[in-house]
Amino acid sequence: MPTYVRTEKCDGCKGQDKTACMYICPHNLMKLDRDGSETGHAMKAFNQEPEQCWECYSCVKICPQSAIEVRHYADVVPLGGSVQPMRGSDSIMWTIKFRNGNMKRFKFPIRTTTEGSIDPYGNKPMPKMSELTAEGVFTKDMMGGFRAGNPAELIRK
Amino acid sequence: MSGTFDQPEIVHEELDILLIGGGMACCGTAYEMMRWAEALKAETGKELKIKLVDKAAMDRSGAVAQGLSAINTYIGDKQDPADYARMVSNDLMGITRDDLTYDLGRNVDDSVHLFEEWGLPIWKTDADGVRHDGAESIKEGLPLLKDGGQPVRSGKWQIMINGESYKWIVAEAAKKALGLDRIQERVFIVHLINDKNDPSRIAGAAGFSVRENKIYIYKAKAVMLAAGGCVNLFRPRSVGEGQGRAWYPVWNAGSTYAMAAEAGAELTLMENRFVPARFKDGYGPVGAWFLLFKAQATNAYGENYMVKNKEMLNDYPPYGQAAVPASCLRNHLMLKEMKEGRGPIYMDTVTALAKLRETLTPKEVKHLEAEAWEDFLDMCIGQCGVWVGENIEPEKKMSELMPTEPYLLGSHSGCCGIWVSGPTDVGAPTTEEYEVPAHLPKGWNWGYRSMTTVNGLFTAGDGVGASGHKFSSGSHTEGRLAAKSMVKYVLDNADYVPEMEETNEQIAEAIWKPVRNFLEFKDYTTAIDVNPNYITPKMLQFRLQKIMDEYVAGVATYYNTNDKMLAVAEEKLEMLKEDSRKMRAKDLHELLRAWENYHRILTAEAHMKHIQFREESRYPGFYYRTDKNFVDEENWHCFVNSIYDKNTHKWTCFKRKHVDLVDKSKLFKAGAPH
Repeated sequence: MPTYVRTEKCDGCKGQDKTACMYICPHNLMKLDRDGSETGHAMKAFNQEPEQCWECYSCVKICPQSAIEVRHYADVVPLGGSVQPMRGSDSIMWTIKFRNGNMKRFKFPIRTTTEGSIDPYGNKPMPKMSELTAEGVFTKDMMGGFRAGNPAELIRK
Repeated sequence: MSGTFDQPEIVHEELDILLIGGGMACCGTAYEMMRWAEALKAETGKELKIKLVDKAAMDRSGAVAQGLSAINTYIGDKQDPADYARMVSNDLMGITRDDLTYDLGRNVDDSVHLFEEWGLPIWKTDADGVRHDGAESIKEGLPLLKDGGQPVRSGKWQIMINGESYKWIVAEAAKKALGLDRIQERVFIVHLINDKNDPSRIAGAAGFSVRENKIYIYKAKAVMLAAGGCVNLFRPRSVGEGQGRAWYPVWNAGSTYAMAAEAGAELTLMENRFVPARFKDGYGPVGAWFLLFKAQATNAYGENYMVKNKEMLNDYPPYGQAAVPASCLRNHLMLKEMKEGRGPIYMDTVTALAKLRETLTPKEVKHLEAEAWEDFLDMCIGQCGVWVGENIEPEKKMSELMPTEPYLLGSHSGCCGIWVSGPTDVGAPTTEEYEVPAHLPKGWNWGYRSMTTVNGLFTAGDGVGASGHKFSSGSHTEGRLAAKSMVKYVLDNADYVPEMEETNEQIAEAIWKPVRNFLEFKDYTTAIDVNPNYITPKMLQFRLQKIMDEYVAGVATYYNTNDKMLAVAEEKLEMLKEDSRKMRAKDLHELLRAWENYHRILTAEAHMKHIQFREESRYPGFYYRTDKNFVDEENWHCFVNSIYDKNTHKWTCFKRKHVDLVDKSKLFKAGAPH
């Protein structure tokens, strides 16, 4: 179910060394055609190996120009439908169009904190090296997640 | 200035610790490790040199790249880690490492609580039993899980989340913990290097940039290898554009297993595979449909095959007789309907939603519909693509289910992987009853939690064998547990200076071989892809998939194989492995694919050898050896492990004794024989 790039919308991320879609694609599929020799469209991105696309939508969601969409696998899916997101800072909006023209819209939360705000060790203890071989992780005593278990369950101990 | 395609630049770096991969496991490793590294620096002034190398971008790499709609491993305050170990054991037909699963079970919730603190929205149930999504529950003032908040259970172990940005959030914490200087993205590590003076020890790893003509060679005292499972080693059901729509991420290429095997690490249960029964073609998740929406799966004539064929479960005592039969046996009952011509199999979404509507208000119905779509949109958007293209609205039209092509993995509902050292405080064996190669450890722990049988080489997530069902949260946790022992290992080996058994030139030449093949021979023919001197990675992959599908129990034979078919596969795989040395790479992107496919071949070979060695059918519904079509508890209730000799290219398979550390009889209905 490969992604495709809309010629009129893609700006090649304005000539930076890599485009947002190239940065994010987990399978290294998106490529910037600098001189147009591969696609006929200079300074625009394209999916260089569509049959390897997982349809994870990482590029669709990150594209600053909303230039990337998905035409679902041609060897599997009838034409005419579309599933298109608009990802914001705390939620994502989906517009779903069926082949028969029916539409649905959904909005879901994606995170409850501001992007970039995580302070990984902010309120966390500094462990002592003498505890390095103790059971459990360094946040064991404060995150309330350690489940000690009933010792009687361990039948060989 | 980087090198040229003909003359790549070689970059060297000396480290204490190298992390290979950027998924949940390595994010967990990084988070835990950096705090201990800070503690070490604060106490002694010593600074560890640490680097994480990912072939993609951490924000969206690994199996959680697309997001998830549930966290499948959350123990909660009402269940015991032993209950978790029991469930994992039964789902994997009785042969798992209780020491590893128990240890995971007691620690995993810590990571889930961190995820919520970092901003992952987790659904909650309020005092009236009404469920709220992760953002709404905060507005409603419902407490965090850590403070006693009640999650929405979509199963005994699963909790629902709004997980579109799950990986983004977990990566943010890991990236901040590491700092950008300790992260190298878009470098694909393809080869581990043993120590020159001690081949049982790791000395480093090497790979290449997929963006610049650069080879990277890292020396390291300790290495975390967590590069996912293996996808597309079997011919997928869709072979055109749709071959990318694998159920597990298509970029998981078996790199973890192949590199570990070549370094001499002992593998375990590589005969195990996962064949998920999923929504057909899109491979959308079924868990919420079964467990949250209470839908039933039926044959084409409306019969529930789990009820109709339930007697078949009695053929596999005791695993068929647990309250929840093993996943493979559920496939086994479904396959009977398909083979006897009563397909397609359907998920009856229409009846399920109609039933739920009977007791709901219109507002609740709208909410329910959104939940059903979000289940796909958070983790498998491709399934929505199938639904919109085929005009499927689940309240009006049922959807087909289908068992997929086989996948190899250790973190989801499979348990192949690497044999690792476990915890010492849960009663694990310290001796071995069966004969194993002399240089290998005897018991289940040998000093450092999560270390493989190669000194200094650690793994987590899909890498750890014999402990399935850890999923995203468990993989993160496993990385954290490994991180501590990696720091310990490095401190215990402070005076060790890695010396690589291969020269830089040898390493570079081996990595660049597919490029050399291309440059040397490309002008011999007029068509770039047809040349007697090299093979494209794509054709090599097709050949692998054809062999595995037709002889090693792929979908072509309804997951059947036998000793004769395996012998044919063995010979064909040998030749394929030889031909892999003639792979070509016309650019860096193809070099990435070339090495991924080399890793797939070794992983596939391990899978075939293990199935051949285990003379029974341990996982009916996932694969059948028709010449040994039974579960043989007397002779084969054991681990099958193996080692690979990279010089002779030969595998050695052997048994290790299985031992229960928790009582499994609690799983089974009273009176059931076992």
